[in-house]
Amino acid sequence: MLIKKAADIRSSEITPRSLYLNRRKFLAGAAMAGVAAATGAGLRELIAPSLRALAGNKIDGIKKSPFSTTEAITPFKDVSTYNNYYEFSTEKDEPAKMATKFRTRPWKVKIEGLVDKKQELDIDTIVKMAPAEERIYRHRCVEGWSIVVPWVGFSLSELIKRANPTGKAKFVEFTTIYDMAQMPGQQRPVLQWPYVEALRMDEAMNPLALLAFGMYGEDLPNQDGAPLRLVVPWKYGFKSIKAIVKVRFTDKQPDTTWNLANPPVYGFYSNVNPNVDTYHSQATERRLGEFRKRPTLMFNGYGDQVASLYSGMDLKKYY
Amino acid sequence: MLRYLKPAVFVACLVPLALLVWDALHSQLGANPIEAITHYTGNCTLIFLLITLAITPLRKLTRQYWLINLRRMLGLFAFFYGTLHLMTWVWLDKFFDPHEMLADIAKRKFITAGMTGFVLMIPLALTSTKWSIRKMGGKRWQALHRLIYFSAAAGVIHYIWLVKADLKKPLEYAAVLGVLMLYRIVAWVWPRSKGVSQNLPAAAEVSEI
Repeated sequence: MLIKKAADIRSSEITPRSLYLNRRKFLAGAAMAGVAAATGAGLRELIAPSLRALAGNKIDGIKKSPFSTTEAITPFKDVSTYNNYYEFSTEKDEPAKMATKFRTRPWKVKIEGLVDKKQELDIDTIVKMAPAEERIYRHRCVEGWSIVVPWVGFSLSELIKRANPTGKAKFVEFTTIYDMAQMPGQQRPVLQWPYVEALRMDEAMNPLALLAFGMYGEDLPNQDGAPLRLVVPWKYGFKSIKAIVKVRFTDKQPDTTWNLANPPVYGFYSNVNPNVDTYHSQATERRLGEFRKRPTLMFNGYGDQVASLYSGMDLKKYY
Repeated sequence: MLRYLKPAVFVACLVPLALLVWDALHSQLGANPIEAITHYTGNCTLIFLLITLAITPLRKLTRQYWLINLRRMLGLFAFFYGTLHLMTWVWLDKFFDPHEMLADIAKRKFITAGMTGFVLMIPLALTSTKWSIRKMGGKRWQALHRLIYFSAAAGVIHYIWLVKADLKKPLEYAAVLGVLMLYRIVAWVWPRSKGVSQNLPAAAEVSEI
């Protein structure tokens, strides 16, 4: 048997020791990169992918409004991808992705309670009740952030006048659609579903209170409360109920969703008030896009229009 | 093996930070980047605390005793991410205003809990060296380092108290912490009920660090 010696490996082919060690270093480096990439990929699962914004239909013939602020408008992308809409998800970037297939037509709104005539109005009838106006409002969330949004709609009072409530009506209550199949967030009892919000009649009749069906000149994106929402700019954002299917007039103060969830923190009124803390200080806010926080204004800066509604009331008690 | 594993774990522990920096540089943190950074670093802190607390059950149940060699690094990363989390609050929320910070710590119970969790980590980070173990003696060192149980509990309570309505995520952390603590209770009660001394494994554990 011939056993060949390993002499056929020429010395020139032997990898120098230094290079061999470099190779090990390279492998170690590659392994590190692999570890980093694997960990990164795992974590990516937890982080939201980039978001797309939905473009809606343009609304024609929008009038300007003297109630509009001249402050810089928050970009559409931020307003349409940063949504507290627990009916879809408690994560703010989720509603934009989950509401894409939400059906806003056909859509009916029931008018009930202390009214001359109970009725059911079609959304397309409601949006034509009064001329569409653009209202550029400050919007302050109880979480301590704020935005400036060019809403499209008309004063809530226009709908109330046509609903014809009786003299006994002291409050108006709004209810969001209850549809677990379309709104997976409603499958979990995070809040009491359906979402309910309410205003005192004089608050609701104040011309600032807006019934909105658009923003940025277009139909409301689903994640922003399409097809019909309330915008009450002097109150914390959660009072501005989305996707309304019922308007009920009543003589008793209605139970509202966040008030039921945590009465000491979320009052019925929930007027923006830098002097009354909730679960954290409300003295300052961060306008989205700004680095420094800015002081929060009483009634979110709408005191001239709405302070008289609360004259003689202790706003620390009626928070 | 450990020669390569330790640097690998070190790199892996830095990946969450790298992702955050990447997202920040590419405007991928959403409409409210400061809130995103705060939540992200807070989650990282809790995750690293729980991973650290998982080492002992894991090494004993799987008999992979060498895992102890990773525990200090994981614990220090919990402290590292906790420091980043605290700094987002100190800087980006309170802008270094000591009056505002003290008022918040005193008034908001979720901040009190979070601050407690962080403060409890400080002595653990300071005494994480081999020198400290020798100087203090294994038993005393180990007793001090049981503070991590309270730190993790304070962290979870901090999260539970700060959410507005949806307790799902904080309760997931609470459940994991509960399982990790349950293991310790069982491991403590079981041998005692059988009359077996626990001294030996405890001493061995410290010497392995």
